Amino acid sequence: MNRTTSFRTIAIAGLVASVAVPAVAADTITVASWGGTYQEAQAKAFFKPTADALGITIKEDTTNGLDDVRLQVTGNAVKWDITELGADECARGSKEGLFEKLDYGVIDKSGINPKLVHDDWVGISYTSVVLIYRTDVFGDKGPKTWADFWNVEKFPGRRALSGSQATETLSVAALASGLPIDKVYPVDIDGALKSVDKIRGHVDAWWTSGAQAMQLVKDGEVDMASIWNGRAGTLKKEGAPVSFSFDQGVLTADCMVIPKGAKNKEAAMKALAMFVSPQLQANLPLYVDNGPVNEKAFETGKIPPERIKDINSAPENVKKQVLQDAEFWRDNLVEATEKFSNLIQQ
Amino acid sequence: MSVQSALLNEAAGPAGQHLNAQVLRADARREQLRLMVLLAPSLFLVCAIIIVPIGWLFWLSLFDESGALSAANYARFFEQASYIRTFVTTFKVAFIVTGACVLLGYPLAYMLSQLPRRAASICLIFVILPFWTSVLVRTYAWLVILQRKGLINSWLIDLGVISQPLSLANNFSGVVIGMTHILLPFLVLPLYASMKTIDTDCLRAGMNLGAGPAATFRQIFFPLSLPGLASGVVIVFVLCLGFFVTPALMGGGKVVMWAMRMEQTTSLYSNWGAGAALGVVLLVVTLALLGLFQWLLGARATGVWSSR
Repeated sequence: MNRTTSFRTIAIAGLVASVAVPAVAADTITVASWGGTYQEAQAKAFFKPTADALGITIKEDTTNGLDDVRLQVTGNAVKWDITELGADECARGSKEGLFEKLDYGVIDKSGINPKLVHDDWVGISYTSVVLIYRTDVFGDKGPKTWADFWNVEKFPGRRALSGSQATETLSVAALASGLPIDKVYPVDIDGALKSVDKIRGHVDAWWTSGAQAMQLVKDGEVDMASIWNGRAGTLKKEGAPVSFSFDQGVLTADCMVIPKGAKNKEAAMKALAMFVSPQLQANLPLYVDNGPVNEKAFETGKIPPERIKDINSAPENVKKQVLQDAEFWRDNLVEATEKFSNLIQQ
Repeated sequence: MSVQSALLNEAAGPAGQHLNAQVLRADARREQLRLMVLLAPSLFLVCAIIIVPIGWLFWLSLFDESGALSAANYARFFEQASYIRTFVTTFKVAFIVTGACVLLGYPLAYMLSQLPRRAASICLIFVILPFWTSVLVRTYAWLVILQRKGLINSWLIDLGVISQPLSLANNFSGVVIGMTHILLPFLVLPLYASMKTIDTDCLRAGMNLGAGPAATFRQIFFPLSLPGLASGVVIVFVLCLGFFVTPALMGGGKVVMWAMRMEQTTSLYSNWGAGAALGVVLLVVTLALLGLFQWLLGARATGVWSSR
């Protein structure tokens, strides 16, 4: 980080601090995220600058998701002050009352999609589900849309879709049935299932993890797949013969929450305010392919212009994609997932 | 003590019979108590790490998300066809893998038991080395071997045996191949141990009485190896039922086994009970099957002996 940016960070920290009581130097908070390269990137982009600016210590932990938070909150053993979750998990946890209310006097929500700003949770980053195909099989004339992916005559080849993320595959299936991107939500679940039914006989693998999706494409076990953009980017960087774009991608947000009963709520609120600030958000794409949730990050000048077009949440890329509706899935996830598993396991 | 009481008995004559029995009984009780004290630590351990958690699991399975007593977790099996399918798949895989392990493992264990000591221990290393390797590593290795552009397919295509790659991974056959390899040592090791203890004099006696090698094997060796085979089969079968890693990686999402379903269900419903109910069902069905198995095998073993 150069001198001017660290100066800016401090200036923002000062702003934040002036709103609330300044953090005590000895404060320590624990932040849990998904681990791996993503969390390493977050540590560099968010945690370290925040710890420096607020004069606190940020300890890291890893989470498996909502179950962990529920266990801690209901068991009165809250270890974490902030934890990351998928947006639909945040919506579910919010309904169950597992999180502390956020103070938007401390956290500046401008620049964040209002769908990701809630009483007790806020977006933190974006992942996209994209269509990837192997260029050694299709050249550059591979399937570009989900309708192409569903077209087994025009694009013969082996296919993989996500079997574990029903929300993603159903969104993709809705797009394949010809819906424009602004009409996908609220998802017509039965319609989307019908669309899945059409393709399922041609799906050679239903992946259950990002690593598996990557391995299937990398080893040529399949010729086309749905995949998370971070994994797709890694494949491309490794030199695999693949192509993907953000056209008809499905944007999925991650969010952060303060679990109910967190021990250092105030420091956590200030840290969270820092994490979603444009300055720190702009750091994230410098280390990882997950896009910033705060669109003002693109105005900071920190992200090189040639990098912006490769970021899934860059304004021109957002226009091409569908944003998953966390609250829709909060209410429909269980039913949709059961029906989806029923269908693909036939 | 018992010698004393016997003496006492002799001295007292018929009148002392009653007294003698009492002393003997007290003696047996003391002996039992002493054994119980010796057993106590392991009984406690079994109780703490097996009985209590299973009881708790059963208890949890009776509650729905809101914590109210309900049968919803069990009703789900009948409402959603995929649960029954998963259950059937699980047992199908378990039976096929156990069968494959027996077919491959019995001749292997037999050969090992007949080899000279040194050669047998060298061959055993080839059974044990993979056994010590992580399941995850072995599963990925099979993926490398079996997938479309894997070793087997590229060799067969290069040799001109096939023109289109075979689908070996990401389906049922991949799961069976991977699991058979991983579980084979669990059958071979107990079987080998029991074959080694078979008294060769019994075989010689059979030959001496005019039985040929085939008859000796069928009538003497095979029945004597059955207890070892049974324990191997039970271990493999039960391990199959709870397998997670290999079907998850090799099944391509199309072969969903019970343990995978448990994981899915636990994370889908905000409720431990949902997963617990699956565990209870598997446990009950497995115990019932094992009971049946023991009964069948018991009947068979006695049948063999009575026909002799």
